[in-house]
Amino acid sequence: MIKFFLMVNKQGQTRLSKYYEHVEINKRTLLETEVIKSCLSRSNEQCSFIEYKDFKLIYRQYAALFIVVGVNDTENEMAIYEFIHNFVEVLDDYFSRVVNNV
Amino acid sequence: MVASSSSLKLQDLIQEIREAKTQAQEREVIQKECAHIRASFRDGDPLHRHRQLAKLLYVHLLGYPAHFGQMECLKLIASPRFTDKRVGYLGAMLLLDERQDAHLLITNSIKTDLSQGIQAVQGLALCTLSATGSAEMCRDLATEVEKLLLQPSAYVRKKAVLTAVHMIRKVPELSDIFLPPCAQLLHEHHHGILLGTITLITELCERSPAALKHFRKMVPQLVHILRTLVTTGYSKEHSISGVSDPFLQVQILRLLRILGRNHEESSETMNDLLAQVATNTDTSRNAGNAVLFETVLTIMDIRSAAGLRVLAVNILGRFLLNTDRNIRYVALTSLLRLVQSDHSAVQRHRPTVVECLREPDGSLSRRALELSLALVNSSNVQAMIQELQGFLESCPPDLQADCASGILLAAERFAPTKRWHIDTTLRVLTTAGTHVRDDAVASLTQLIGGAQELHAYSVRRLYSALAEDLSQQPLVQAATWCIGEYGDLLLEGSCEETEPLQVEEEEVLALLERVLQSHMSLPATRGYALTALVKLSTRLRGDNKSCLDVELQQRAVEYNTLFQKYDHVRAAILEKIPLVERGGSQVDEEAKESKETAQLSEAAPVPTEPQASKLLDLLDLLDGPSGDAQHPRPLDPTPGSALIHLLNLPCAPPPPAPIPNLKVFEREGLQLDLSFVRPPGTPTLLLITVTATNTSGGDVTHFICQAAVPKSFQLQLQAPSGDTVPAQGGLPMTQLLRILNPKKAPLRLKLRLTYNHFGQSVQEIFEVNNLPVEAWQ
Repeated sequence: MIKFFLMVNKQGQTRLSKYYEHVEINKRTLLETEVIKSCLSRSNEQCSFIEYKDFKLIYRQYAALFIVVGVNDTENEMAIYEFIHNFVEVLDDYFSRVVNNV
Repeated sequence: MVASSSSLKLQDLIQEIREAKTQAQEREVIQKECAHIRASFRDGDPLHRHRQLAKLLYVHLLGYPAHFGQMECLKLIASPRFTDKRVGYLGAMLLLDERQDAHLLITNSIKTDLSQGIQAVQGLALCTLSATGSAEMCRDLATEVEKLLLQPSAYVRKKAVLTAVHMIRKVPELSDIFLPPCAQLLHEHHHGILLGTITLITELCERSPAALKHFRKMVPQLVHILRTLVTTGYSKEHSISGVSDPFLQVQILRLLRILGRNHEESSETMNDLLAQVATNTDTSRNAGNAVLFETVLTIMDIRSAAGLRVLAVNILGRFLLNTDRNIRYVALTSLLRLVQSDHSAVQRHRPTVVECLREPDGSLSRRALELSLALVNSSNVQAMIQELQGFLESCPPDLQADCASGILLAAERFAPTKRWHIDTTLRVLTTAGTHVRDDAVASLTQLIGGAQELHAYSVRRLYSALAEDLSQQPLVQAATWCIGEYGDLLLEGSCEETEPLQVEEEEVLALLERVLQSHMSLPATRGYALTALVKLSTRLRGDNKSCLDVELQQRAVEYNTLFQKYDHVRAAILEKIPLVERGGSQVDEEAKESKETAQLSEAAPVPTEPQASKLLDLLDLLDGPSGDAQHPRPLDPTPGSALIHLLNLPCAPPPPAPIPNLKVFEREGLQLDLSFVRPPGTPTLLLITVTATNTSGGDVTHFICQAAVPKSFQLQLQAPSGDTVPAQGGLPMTQLLRILNPKKAPLRLKLRLTYNHFGQSVQEIFEVNNLPVEAWQ
């Protein structure tokens, strides 16, 4: 089950966050900073799945924007990886110009 | 001024925020705007309310608090205008959750909106319900949602199915309501509704065994749906990189997995389909691989045919060779799950797994390490350990601990020869000594102790290793222990298995001195070194005896002064008696050793300890730091005994009153005595030494003593000195009991003895009476 969905830029600012289980607002910021730190520190050579506490993080980078999805153990990681791309494509089709502009 | 900013459109606000160059500037803009929004809410302007809330929601998305908008959401939802409802429901989804009280107030609005006929509004209500519906709301509105499941409009049906999923998650008892429509919904053509239905069925099956049984009947239908998906050609609407709706395929496969688990019949129906999916899916892109991965997971979980399982493992093997790291990661994880059930199949891929150890990526190498450790068995142990040790040298520090313990464990289980085992342990200690678990030293000492023929060899290896490197504490501890025990073998000079190493006594002593004085040594290590020195004094031959003892005395005095300076360390050291479960030497650290060595130089030389009993029982009696003022008592040279009881030595004031010994058992010449010690540094600790003496004509053999205490106590039995008490007043057997009494409760002790005496086996169980009061107060 997907626990949260984040879009964060390279400077570490959250651009979109959606939590599917209730998380306190101060815990959210903490979670986001930690998640971003682990994603930013990975190079291109490494795989897109990280284990973080009791979540699995699946992230994809699009130019300067990171999309991170936190799931629990029962999910198929590669399907989520595909799902992230699907999401970006839908945004692209619908809004015709998806860009992170900061 | 108020009017102009209240009409600030959302887009303008976004523009303003974007223009802020720094985080601080952005915060300023937002705070200003929030103040305006708050004012506007207070004024209650109905026309612009939705715009204000929209801005507030945007700000919330960026992570700023927006709780003051909650009541506004309610007002907007209740309004008849669609623009208001739209923003109101969105706000409700984002800002209201179960923990807010305002939450329940929207139930009525949702109910009204669900039953009136406008699709868009029904859609909004359903969305909100599925995102934030609490248990009570779900119960109230379940029937409404069920009606909507069969509505003519596909848009509403889709949203209704999603809401049903949420309701089942919140309130599993509602499954009765949602079970019947599922059969019909499976006939849908619309993939969105189909996906929702499959998810709904999955949730139902996971929560209710009755539902599981019910849906097993639908396996053929599911198989049919999946088969159509896989075999139909390109469909523009649903194709993702050439695979037709991989998300739906994955979901159906997951449901099939749940239905087929532990159920022969369903599994059989699925076999062909799974084989077909596995072979037909295009694996050049990630979408295909995702479906393939799910197929493999399903095959592994259900009662599949043997051929199918082999196919699954082979697919995983192929994944391992793929260049894409994501796929390799996924393959390693699944192989780890499989290794228990299909061990031989996974073994075939061992070389590839070992390759993955060399990956620079942390997640991958961790998985590869776990899998490699699981794959070690008696036939490949030497090769695997070789690889793993290579990995240990180069891996990142967080993996070193796991790797080291894994290697040691595997070596323990599968070691072909003792010498190989010792070599391996030694190598691990030299490479990653600081990361091994605490009992590694204990197991190494026990291993060496047990391998008589390898004593010379091991002491030599350890000596050379120690001479090179003093920093790895476990290695130093093990090496000093070994030198202490087998120092004479070291000095002999010849051993077939290593090159001849000529070692002089002074070198050995110099090395031990270095260990003592090195500031890298932990107190425990110093303890080991000092004990080694003491033991050596009894073993090393002749002429240098006097200078040896003088050296020892000097060491001990130096050590004592060290202690005087670091009194806080002393308490910690004196408490520390490492637990030895399998027999080995007890190491006890104390300043009294200075007295001890002084005694040794005066008394008759104590004979070498017999191999069998390596216990050097030094019970600590704490005195003030001025230990040297004592008059040491001459030792009782009990024949062959290396057991030194310091119990009855006079103590300097203020002494703890020595607790009288207690005779607890006597039968046919076998006598059991208890002696008590309460170390002053630890008021809750009581040390009891059980001594068994035999004055009869026959030996007592197979002597085992067990003890039991009330629940509030903690008892540790340490290994006895032996299991034979020889006849005619021979060497007494001793055993140490450590009792922790945190509640200072009255001590009660029950003892159980079993032994053979005069050809009969005896068992005695008795409670110890008349325990002295000082033992627990």
